[in-house]
Amino acid sequence: MSSHAAHSPYLRHQFDDLPQQRESAALGMWAFLVTEVMFFGGIFGAYTLYRHWYFPEWDAASRQLDHYLGAFNTFVLLTSSLTMAFAVDAAASGKIPALKRNILLTLILGVTFVGIKMYEYYTKWEHGLVPGSGFHWHPIPGTPEITNINAAELFYVFYFTMTGIHAFHMLIGFGLLITLYIQAKLGKFSAEYYTPVEMIGLYWHLVDILWVFLFPLLYLIDRNVVL
Amino acid sequence: MKTNYLTNGQTVASWLLTGDHKRIAILYLISITLFFFVGGFAALLFRLELLTPKGDMFLPEEYNRLFTLHGVMMVFFFMVPSVPAVLGNFLLPIMIGARDLAFPKLNLASYYIYLLAGICAVVALVQGGVDTGWTFYTPYSSTYSNTAVTAAALGVFIAGFSSILTGLNFIVTTHTMRAPGMTWFRLPLFVWAQYATSLIIILGTPVLAITVLLLGLERIFGVGIFDPRLGGDPVLFQHLFWFYSHPAVYIMVLPSMGVISELVACSSQKKVFGYEFVAFSSLAIAVLGFLVWGHHMFVTGQSMYAGFVFSFISMLVAIPSAIKVFNWTATIYKGSVVWNTATLYVLGFLGLFTIGGLTGLFLATIAVDVHLHDTYFVVAHFHYIMVGGSVMGYLGGIHFWWPKMTGRMFPEFFGKLSALLVFVGFNLTFFPQFVLGYLGMPRRYHAYPDEFQMLNVLSTAGASVLGLGYVLPLIYLLWSLKYGKKAPDNPWHAYGLEWETSSPPPTFNFDVMPVVTRPAYDYDTEAIERQVEAESIAVKKPEVE
Repeated sequence: MSSHAAHSPYLRHQFDDLPQQRESAALGMWAFLVTEVMFFGGIFGAYTLYRHWYFPEWDAASRQLDHYLGAFNTFVLLTSSLTMAFAVDAAASGKIPALKRNILLTLILGVTFVGIKMYEYYTKWEHGLVPGSGFHWHPIPGTPEITNINAAELFYVFYFTMTGIHAFHMLIGFGLLITLYIQAKLGKFSAEYYTPVEMIGLYWHLVDILWVFLFPLLYLIDRNVVL
Repeated sequence: MKTNYLTNGQTVASWLLTGDHKRIAILYLISITLFFFVGGFAALLFRLELLTPKGDMFLPEEYNRLFTLHGVMMVFFFMVPSVPAVLGNFLLPIMIGARDLAFPKLNLASYYIYLLAGICAVVALVQGGVDTGWTFYTPYSSTYSNTAVTAAALGVFIAGFSSILTGLNFIVTTHTMRAPGMTWFRLPLFVWAQYATSLIIILGTPVLAITVLLLGLERIFGVGIFDPRLGGDPVLFQHLFWFYSHPAVYIMVLPSMGVISELVACSSQKKVFGYEFVAFSSLAIAVLGFLVWGHHMFVTGQSMYAGFVFSFISMLVAIPSAIKVFNWTATIYKGSVVWNTATLYVLGFLGLFTIGGLTGLFLATIAVDVHLHDTYFVVAHFHYIMVGGSVMGYLGGIHFWWPKMTGRMFPEFFGKLSALLVFVGFNLTFFPQFVLGYLGMPRRYHAYPDEFQMLNVLSTAGASVLGLGYVLPLIYLLWSLKYGKKAPDNPWHAYGLEWETSSPPPTFNFDVMPVVTRPAYDYDTEAIERQVEAESIAVKKPEVE
């Protein structure tokens, strides 16, 4: 195997050189992101159908969400994407302390996001808005009257499912970030090799952009109409 | 003796923790064979029930569980992984001249995910089985079924991730790991077919995952995503389900088409006719396959206009399919056809797939479908595609590459006999079902009117022959592992990188990594070289004496 002549400790046996290995990882990651898009695509499709069918009910149900918290969370998550991008940049230029710092910042922002999300879930639970036998609809001032309570419940099924799957992806992201941090601490990365940082960065941005779609779809269905 | 992938490490751990794509292929081979025979056994049982018009062997509920077991096992645990996970895993890296797939660990993970899914399916079986049919239609699966739907659906959900990982690995490997000189249009058509399949897998399977997840939420938490009483829409489930499951038909048949392309070239010792057309027809099938799911729902309360469009696009699928069949036939034309097991499987595939494909046009025609929907005609049609097409291709491929995979030859006579038995048994089983369906016998009932008995007896008789045709290879292939003749590197005079390495190949596939300088299926040059070699030996001989 002559092609193994230029050895790098990071090079796995199946690849000829580091660029090939990096290219494979990147393509694999993008293909994985495509599967994620299709996965969410299915539920976005179902969402579209019911939002079309039950627009007034979904508007009313959506107005019960705390859009200020949602907006703040959007800010938190977008900022975490920024720090993630800084982390990749730091890794690319071999600045390991900056890499570690930015991974930690990303993690903290991510945890903040999920914390706020949990608080939101808790308030929904307090108000009896968790679907199932405990679901209890009571209109709040400033929201339209509705009669089809089932449709409002359906909105909350989608709210909890979509944000739940999203939060689950965040939790996986925490695990990945912690692994990255440990690896960075152990000196696994250098300007020559930082592919995992880049790949997890891509994952993090995907989770981020999903929220960018989820926030308006769930929180802002028809808020511009003031009642 | 030189070590090969089979002798490099003999411990159990060296197999269970292997990153070697060839060993993982063997692990898959063993597992899917098990599931195939479980599914096949269920089929044998319900064919026995259908021998007589009255329901005398099983209760209706038991019958429902049997055909569901058959469907779930065969579709999700045998057909979907069959060619990609066994032959694709084994051959794809070798065919493109790579040491392994791009992500060996993911490949191993995909196998264990598959096993985990299999365990879920077995748990569902132990809990008493599932009676919804393999399609899990709501509200059968949500409101009305008190069987182990959750465990089975979890199994299907998990199995999806296994095929996603395989598909992802194939796509990346084909893009980045090709040997020097192995351009896209020098790739064997098997690789093109695997690539097209992988595209469908990564685009379709996630949608199945979310669908099954929503179904699970509905069942576990009693919410009404697909329940009309709670505002949900049961037809939405069908849309989401078929968005994956119709393309899944192509996940099951495209890889076998790839196998046939390889076999047909070797059987005729000729270039595949119209290489580019065969390659692009795989991609065309992959693309069109995503736009036809509505043809499963012509009578489900779908808009008439949607029906028109789905009907039209479904018929378009016939074009790339026909291109393949015509091109394979043209390849055989004036070829020097070798009469061996692989050739018989190729011919069987061509005949059965053609019937399956043409009857698909009947079903794509809305007016005809209204009459034939949910009858045995549909059952016969998709078995002609999935068993007549995919399983024939899979078995043909297993025979063709068996010497390469195991280093042993199988007994040719029994190989031909099995191909013949499968072909005859298959037709006897499923051709009467076309007639039954046309006459109006609905699928999924354990009893039927007396006048259908004759055709059902024929079908059951055929199923027995078919069963024999499947057990036979199991016996002689296992026999060959110990007693078969040692295989040469290229027993069939086939052309392709996999035939240039030893049988079985070394762990990293090649002793010297290959450089490709010739187009795919360059059988002509190969034949000339063989002749020159033979002549040079003939010339040398007298000198020795």
